Amino acid sequence: MTATIETPSPTPEPEPVVTPAQARTWQIDIPGVTQADLSPLKWQLYLALLAFGIGALMGLLQALERANINLYDEVRLQSYYQGLTLHGVAMVLVFTFCFANSFLSLMTMKAYGRPLKSRLISQASTWSATIGVALALWAILANKATVLFTFYAPLQATPAFYVGAVLLVISTWLVLVNMIWTLADWRKDHPKDRIPLLAYASIISYIMWFLASLGIAVEVLFYLLPWSLGWRDQVDPQFTRVLFWFTGHPIVYFWLMPIYVSWYMLLPGQVGGKIFSDGLTRIVFVAFMLLIPVGAHHQFTDPGIPFSSKSLQWLLTFAIFYPSVVTLFSVVASLESGARARGGKGLIAWIGKLPWGDPAVAGQLLAGIIFMGGGASGLVNASLTANLVVHNTSFIPGHFHLTVGTAVALSIMAISYWLIPYFTGKRLYNRPLAVVQVWTWAIGVSIFSRGQMAGGIEGVPRRTLIQEATYKDNFNWALSHALTAIGGTIMFIAAVMFFVVVFGTIFSNRAVTTVQKVPLAPIINGPRDTWAIMDRIGMWTLITIVGIVIVLGELIFHYWPIWPVSPGIQLW
Amino acid sequence: MHVDKREKRVMQITVVVLGVAIGALVLSMTASHKSLPEPAGRIRPEDVRVTAPFDNPGVRQVGENEYEVVMIAQAWEWVPNRVEIPAGSHVTFKVTSVDVIHGFRVPDTDLNAMVIPGQITEVDVDFDEARDFTLLCHEYCGIGHHRMGADIVIVEN
Repeated sequence: MTATIETPSPTPEPEPVVTPAQARTWQIDIPGVTQADLSPLKWQLYLALLAFGIGALMGLLQALERANINLYDEVRLQSYYQGLTLHGVAMVLVFTFCFANSFLSLMTMKAYGRPLKSRLISQASTWSATIGVALALWAILANKATVLFTFYAPLQATPAFYVGAVLLVISTWLVLVNMIWTLADWRKDHPKDRIPLLAYASIISYIMWFLASLGIAVEVLFYLLPWSLGWRDQVDPQFTRVLFWFTGHPIVYFWLMPIYVSWYMLLPGQVGGKIFSDGLTRIVFVAFMLLIPVGAHHQFTDPGIPFSSKSLQWLLTFAIFYPSVVTLFSVVASLESGARARGGKGLIAWIGKLPWGDPAVAGQLLAGIIFMGGGASGLVNASLTANLVVHNTSFIPGHFHLTVGTAVALSIMAISYWLIPYFTGKRLYNRPLAVVQVWTWAIGVSIFSRGQMAGGIEGVPRRTLIQEATYKDNFNWALSHALTAIGGTIMFIAAVMFFVVVFGTIFSNRAVTTVQKVPLAPIINGPRDTWAIMDRIGMWTLITIVGIVIVLGELIFHYWPIWPVSPGIQLW
Repeated sequence: MHVDKREKRVMQITVVVLGVAIGALVLSMTASHKSLPEPAGRIRPEDVRVTAPFDNPGVRQVGENEYEVVMIAQAWEWVPNRVEIPAGSHVTFKVTSVDVIHGFRVPDTDLNAMVIPGQITEVDVDFDEARDFTLLCHEYCGIGHHRMGADIVIVEN
């Protein structure tokens, strides 16, 4: 049998009771999936959360620095910038990637109602990520890679840092291989069926990311790694920046798309609603893939990029507004269907009828609400002229702590509140604390981002040890720093609460008593009448590649020739 | 494919909103003559100090109320680290880096650009009234990044 969303079972299955003695063999809702299949996914999730913990501690140090409290010596770090590198790498590369690997692998199994084709590849992915993280962590802690997560040349890290990054990316590619193989295998048994929506969204996310990651792959494998090994003397800092941002924008989609999977397909199930539209969901996921080549909007102020490339990619950037609004409508409509089914009334009063007492729901609702601020500030960044005010100021971290730092991070925390019981067979520890936790984070980030954004408009540069800045007395940045410090500290407290719940759950001896379920929602519209062409994944991939060749080709054509003039420099 | 009527409406409105936003931005760029840094030449970092105009950084007058400021960005200072310009001037900054990437930002103005080794950054601005500005580096450039500031002093004409 296949537990696809096209055939939601009309009546709830009976839930067998499991006694604590059977805790090691709790049951899950995917036929044929054993704990050996879940194990690499569980460990990859733990790796993600470990990175989040390290990143959160660094975040606290950065927040306190704004209040002129410098604790870097106390934690044996050489500098603010070493801590900042650790924060960025841990949060936006390890935490997000490892979560995506774990979560969308599980979603693929759920969608097809069977294990992934190769357990070996799942294990290899987890090992690749683990070794990659170990190498990068060593490089950073040994103060051999204080290059921030953007690692712009000519700042040059030790080779282990780049190898670590490569292994981390390879862990994601391995997940894609497994998804493709599993799809092909499922196709043999279901030649006529639509690809289940959950599997479709998962594999499109990974194909998107594979294509997007080629920028960084070329940057690191062809330029930075050989250069740091001494095999290549000089690189072109402008061109490697182009390659970085080719990946660096759609990396945002890769952070967000697993969360969209949850918001579109699971969150409605958790509130008793239905997925609004199968077809539009597929279109949104494909739209993100098509909109890969917009990285130049991170380079509006770069001297080497022609205006034609900046304006073309600016227009494409604005197009992202479209799938974002469709998402907003669809997700809110799905939530509303759930709230009304629960007796919700009124134009907006129904929101109160959502199950706010469920931390997995409350966290994602708050993440979604805060994401609207993230989207709006993103439009500011993307506007060529307004960008001149905010580029590289603390407005930018103010913005992305609403997006990746909350829409994604808070959603991951919320999802963990059902995912960890799913993976471990343990009941969630201290549910009320978990509810308080998600609110605490939401309040903290609101204050933090308010401070960062206001400061950015007043000129506070991002990524700067601001209390030691020689020019700080020329400005009146006190309010911005105070809000940033307070908000950041509150966020850290929320992170500590999160880990209390996580460890309390993992080390608890209270086993779950019911079958653990992925809270997949049924669909209102589709998929029977969804355009069949949406399922032609190969065709969409090809169209995306053609688009990339045209847009990136336009830039490279005008930029040519590559201008390798910079030897590696360590300045920390 | 069935698409909900209300959702169709939202999608149509979105297209209109997008069109207005794009139009407004194009208008604002044309009306305010704001421009982004555009390719202004390339230079090898090791040649910077011996190549005009960077062999002689500083302020020079290039026309009536027109000035050019040539600067070198290096870890962790601007050369020169203080410039004086009369109020009511149109000023073009020409900047390049001899080492790593730096960021060129003067808060309270639209001056905001990257300084990338190998590339020449050219940005311009009108300084209308006498006041002090701070030029700061807004791209991480090593452990002394926060020390990289300079004074831009606009003096009475």
